[in-house]
Amino acid sequence: MSMDFELLVRIFPEVLLDGIILGFMYALIALGYTMVYGVLEFINFAHSEIFIAGAFIGVEILLGLQGRGLLEGFPWPLVLLLALMAGMAASGLLAVTIERVAYRPLRAAPRLIPLISAIGVSFFLQDFIRLFESLWRNAFNLVYPSMDALNHRLELTATIDVSVKSLVVIVSALLMLWALHLIVNRTKVGTAIRAVAEDQAAASLMGIDVNRIISLTFLIGGAMGGAAGVLFGVQYGLINPYSGFIPGLKAFTAAVLGGIGNIPGAMVGGLVLGLLEAFAASYLSLLTGGAFGAEYKDIFAFSVLILILIFRPKGLLGEVVRERA
Amino acid sequence: MIRHRVWLVLALLAVLTVALVPASELGAQGKGTIKIATQSPLSGGQAALGEGIKLGTQLAVEQLRGNLTKQGFKVELVPFDDQAKPDVGVANAKNIIADKDILVVIGHLNSGVAIPSSEVYKEVDLPMISPANTNEKITDRGYPSVNRVCGRDDVQGPVGAEFAALTLKVKSVYVVHDKTTYGQGVAEAFKAEAEKKGVKVLAFEGTEEKSNFDPIITPIKAKNPDLVYFGGIYDQGAPFFKQAREKGVKAKFLGPDGLDSSDLVKIGGKALVGLYYTTAAAPSSSPQAKKFGDDFKKKFGKNPEPYAAESFVATAIALRAIESTVAGGKAPTRATVAGAIRKVKYTGMTGAIEFDDKGDPKKASYYVMQVSSDNPEKWGDNKEAQRLAIAAPPLKK
Repeated sequence: MSMDFELLVRIFPEVLLDGIILGFMYALIALGYTMVYGVLEFINFAHSEIFIAGAFIGVEILLGLQGRGLLEGFPWPLVLLLALMAGMAASGLLAVTIERVAYRPLRAAPRLIPLISAIGVSFFLQDFIRLFESLWRNAFNLVYPSMDALNHRLELTATIDVSVKSLVVIVSALLMLWALHLIVNRTKVGTAIRAVAEDQAAASLMGIDVNRIISLTFLIGGAMGGAAGVLFGVQYGLINPYSGFIPGLKAFTAAVLGGIGNIPGAMVGGLVLGLLEAFAASYLSLLTGGAFGAEYKDIFAFSVLILILIFRPKGLLGEVVRERA
Repeated sequence: MIRHRVWLVLALLAVLTVALVPASELGAQGKGTIKIATQSPLSGGQAALGEGIKLGTQLAVEQLRGNLTKQGFKVELVPFDDQAKPDVGVANAKNIIADKDILVVIGHLNSGVAIPSSEVYKEVDLPMISPANTNEKITDRGYPSVNRVCGRDDVQGPVGAEFAALTLKVKSVYVVHDKTTYGQGVAEAFKAEAEKKGVKVLAFEGTEEKSNFDPIITPIKAKNPDLVYFGGIYDQGAPFFKQAREKGVKAKFLGPDGLDSSDLVKIGGKALVGLYYTTAAAPSSSPQAKKFGDDFKKKFGKNPEPYAAESFVATAIALRAIESTVAGGKAPTRATVAGAIRKVKYTGMTGAIEFDDKGDPKKASYYVMQVSSDNPEKWGDNKEAQRLAIAAPPLKK
């Protein structure tokens, strides 16, 4: 056994941080899946492309500023806010459009039909983005311009340091989740969303415009996805038209893990999955003396997921506040 | 009215057909068509290198087909996109062998694609000359129709290890690879030689991750190796090394020829200046290479990517083999071309090339290069840190 306990302990805080960042990323994407499921009981498989579309709008804004020599001129929080807002707006509108064009006409159809439509939209968007970027920039991989201020590392203790951009990811994710919580639980619109989730027919009898509320749900879920896309680009630096697929799949898993249809559940699920993945990737090879490496991280994370679902089939928070999007 | 229009269109079509048929027959009036196919990724994350293979071949076909054209042959290039995927490569290969005019394939970029695809070419003795595939298995299968003009991973990996141990004088190394035939293969060869040279291998990790390398980098940072080796291709290696540097890994970086593309610094930026890579692609310093670079830039408006020159050389060898087998003005069979390729002695911008009985060059050159600028335009100016000419190892039986 070549276990190195001292090393395990030493890297613990940093792995925890890696996991939290990844977890918040999954949580933000998972919200889009879970809100739509809560309202329509339908899985929007195009959400991974809504997410990556946000990342592309963000990079276009940053590259546009850089091309005009403005990237260094503006203070970075302003630049970042601009990219985030643009990404959120674009992804939100994209989600609403997709719902209008590809899902609403099929709402009365058997459940499998809109699901297939969603997969079709997903393929279409991947290759549309690819086509657009090859014509516009002649590029497949797009690189987020690196900003020195964001790469700066703050020393927390002698051995732990964290980059500014990681903090930005955590703070923006928390702010957005808090805002979403307020919208859903403290506003009239939020009450309407919850009412539609509970019973569409009854809600419409009470004078709620169901179609508008469904559009709104897609708008909010899409905007969260778009924000996650921009943060993903800022944090990891490189995106391509297919980059959305794997994070999307993981976020969907996180939504199921937390209890699909449940907003706090998506957050918990995202964090659990992010932490599992980070700890598996960093610790497996140290714990097994190299027998199992980082490549087993997904197998490990998904085995845990299966175990949780065996004992809690409705997810971690599934039963507590079910059907309250 | 409408009926009139239909007739008009039909009449026009008839006229066009009559006008076009003789034209196309005129074109074929010579002795026939000889086609050279390329297979490389023309779309996706590795398209920069893949397109270099296609364009290098195109330049060679256009500059060197004169002798065959004079004898009445039409020489054409047919590019295929293998998308860096084995299944696509094999599907293309089946289309290629069905076109009897194709006498040679120049390709691929990825060993994992080249190996199954060449199983298809071999069925009909269609010769393949690879400009870039460095995995041992390409030639170690001993197929008479499979050749390459570049070096091998079981030499390239050890060349890197020797450079790390003797020149960089590192004591410890952390090895990461991409789990492909190519990346893992070269990383294993590197690891074995590094251990032999007394360098401590701290870990050997495989990953298919493309964006978030944080959880892999954290243990690297904690173990603080002198060197990090990445066996894989630039679209994954660049973000990995970039994130490692940003996260505070201080080690020197080294990798194989999969990193040899200007896109590496386009993605990785200034974090990757100073990175070392081994390559079997000749740097563009010789006068012949200069001329090739100038011609390339004039024709395609950009600098040649690594392996574009090798593709040019591979095509030159193929054309010479075809010329030597054009007997009585008839296009040769694929098998005779395959036999002739093994007899060609060619000296070009990558040095003298002559194939051994497995299809490896008798002597291949290996280079260790260092990235000198974060400007992709200046990729050709990277510093040569070491150069070695090594014979391919004999087949292990």
